[in-house]
Amino acid sequence: MSFMKLTASTLAISALAATAAQARDNIQIAGSSTVLPYASIVAEAFGENFEFPTPVVESGGSGAGRKKLCEGVGENTIDIANSSSRIKQSDIDNCAANGVTEIQEVRIGYDGIVFASDIDGPAFAFTPADWHAALAAKIVVDGALVDNPNKMWSDVRADLPEQEILAFIPGTKHGTREVFDENVLIAGCEENGTMAAHEAAGAEDAEDACMQVRTDGVSIDIDGDYTETLARVDANPNGFGVFGLSFYQNNTDKLQVATMGGVAPSTETIATGEYPVSRPLFFYVKNAHLDVIPGMQEYVEFFVSDEMAGPDGPLAAYGLVSDPELAKTQEAVANRTPMGPLN
Amino acid sequence: MTDMPHSNGADGIARDSHGGKSLLAVDARTRKRNASEARFRLLGKIAVAIGVLALVGLLASILSSGLSSFRQTYIDIEVYLDPAKLDKEGNRDRAQISKVSTFGYKPLIEQGFMEAIEKSGVSLDGISEKEVAEMLSKEAPAQVRNFVLADVERIGQTAPFEVLAGGRIDGYFKGRVTMESAERDRNVSPAQLELADRLREAGVVKVRFNWDFFTAPDASDTRPEAAGLGVAIIGSAYMMLIVLVLSLPLGVAASIYLEEFAPQNRFTDLIEVNISNLAAVPSIVFGILGLAIFINFAGLPQSAPVVGGLVLTLMTLPTIIIATRASLKSVPPSIREAALGVGASKMQTVFHHVLPLAMPGILTGTIIGLAQALGETAPLLLIGMVAFVREYPAGPPEGFFDPAAALPVQVYNWTQRGDPAFVERASGAIIVLLVFLVVMNIAAILLRRRFERRW
Repeated sequence: MSFMKLTASTLAISALAATAAQARDNIQIAGSSTVLPYASIVAEAFGENFEFPTPVVESGGSGAGRKKLCEGVGENTIDIANSSSRIKQSDIDNCAANGVTEIQEVRIGYDGIVFASDIDGPAFAFTPADWHAALAAKIVVDGALVDNPNKMWSDVRADLPEQEILAFIPGTKHGTREVFDENVLIAGCEENGTMAAHEAAGAEDAEDACMQVRTDGVSIDIDGDYTETLARVDANPNGFGVFGLSFYQNNTDKLQVATMGGVAPSTETIATGEYPVSRPLFFYVKNAHLDVIPGMQEYVEFFVSDEMAGPDGPLAAYGLVSDPELAKTQEAVANRTPMGPLN
Repeated sequence: MTDMPHSNGADGIARDSHGGKSLLAVDARTRKRNASEARFRLLGKIAVAIGVLALVGLLASILSSGLSSFRQTYIDIEVYLDPAKLDKEGNRDRAQISKVSTFGYKPLIEQGFMEAIEKSGVSLDGISEKEVAEMLSKEAPAQVRNFVLADVERIGQTAPFEVLAGGRIDGYFKGRVTMESAERDRNVSPAQLELADRLREAGVVKVRFNWDFFTAPDASDTRPEAAGLGVAIIGSAYMMLIVLVLSLPLGVAASIYLEEFAPQNRFTDLIEVNISNLAAVPSIVFGILGLAIFINFAGLPQSAPVVGGLVLTLMTLPTIIIATRASLKSVPPSIREAALGVGASKMQTVFHHVLPLAMPGILTGTIIGLAQALGETAPLLLIGMVAFVREYPAGPPEGFFDPAAALPVQVYNWTQRGDPAFVERASGAIIVLLVFLVVMNIAAILLRRRFERRW
């Protein structure tokens, strides 16, 4: 037998196969790992109830998903990008440069961010100011900006339990971190007057100074996902983890959740806006693919339909806070309204 | 010579010609040497013991959390396929019937479950109807809907089904969920677990071997009990097929040429260094390469086993080339010289004599390379194979272009899910992957034992 012949023929076959890649009939989705569970629930139900194949949902992060969406138009690019933060102008520019001009922005609902600790520990009632005072690199003590000296939660505020401060917060590549920075650290910074102190001290960007967390091992960035945070909290009963509401709801036997500003997180309190730490979840649709990929329009409409994304649907049962303005989204999706410029 | 036996001299005392010291009376230097040897042996034993302990620990933790995924809790129910709900027109038109979504099937199944409980005579004390319904897997409506759509004439009949129990109920029978944890768990109540106990005694609920774990596709976060490895196993099999078909002939051809025909010069030295280098390149680099060449340039589809296979081929090639060259080298030159001496051509020498003798080594190297490729996740991350895929790919060769997952990818995906039931699934998937790897490595050892010739 001749290996040369065999090699030549396999090469020929693979080259032939490469040119004969057939039209894609499944929807390709990529992006945020926070949106992934919701997208896979919808994809599964879509595959079951429609004559179209189940969409393929990749994770990899909001930014990576939007970048893939903007790679261009064509069957070897993705159709929909899931995102746990809003698209950025740089993404839109990148899209436009690659010929992706019409993008639909679809808001699917809201996600709550909760602060949870070991179920056997004491209960906590926080305010954003507490978290800033516990984790910020610099805080105000006796009118002066100093390196954060707080060791115990009771140092932060006398009526908090006497427990060592230890927090597992999402790493900077997570969309969750942005919300944490914005709604907890910066809000807390303003609340306890550190922001004013930073400004008085002539900081160039007071908000940026507020977002700096201490580096003495009290605040630990978790670059993995919530399962890693849970494992860390399991190993350190003093530790607090930052989780998504749906993740907490699946692990209520191991975690207890702290109130924030006197409000316990739940789909109701987040929907009404009482609970302060939440964010909208999106997906972005490449309109140029809508008539090319079979079932894509149906998938998008099915995702935001009342039976999926409504307050009694499976997504809400899993922890998504349904959007009060869902009807508007449904209408926009039916009309394929592309998003306007960012405001 | 330190532990020479007692038989050196007739009188039992041996003397050397120089110092006249006895070999049996151990002197200081000998003692030192003996001690250092004993120390080394001890260290060696400790090293082995640490290795074995680590392996046992790893296996024990994986087996203890993963073996339960091979058993699954099922509920036997009979469902009346109500024509008033499923076929309002009454004309048994499949297109019409397929408009009824899984949401429409849910009440029928819940009714069937209630009837099954009634028939078994189990009491429903202290539990609401809603809680009873929650004990069923969310997969059940899809199962019944597919059954109806497969043959619409069954509408109007009462059909028996074996549906999955919910993930928490299943976890209870496997010890993952306890009465205490159920108190605090918002997804299950102790009343449900007590009912599950009674139903199991009555024979409505049963735990049996979980074939679906090997055949079913992945499932979403709300139904861990339905998640299986079907798509991942097919995807991995396709990729291994591609890797084998491409890398074995390419690798063997390259090494035969380099080893037997190519002149020894700077250029071939450079190639050799590069091949050794490639074998040590982090696998994610091949993923980046695959994304750039196969997807962006060649236009192959995302998430497809063909791209995964090509990327893993690139990764496996150096391993195979190095193993093949080593086994070609180990064939003694006398074989080649004898063949050339009786008038064989260079090519006849290689293909009739050298290659058959090197074959066991080549196959061993190939299998080890394949095993390495089977466990690889990083390069697949970039080419879109780390994904939620539920559709089975078609048969080969078209199936090579359909989206699929892979075994290690499935492990990675499951460890990221919120529901703790997926931890069990992930460990189960690791066991399956380990079994494949053990089988491949045993095959490599057997091939070597059987066919290898020592010179």
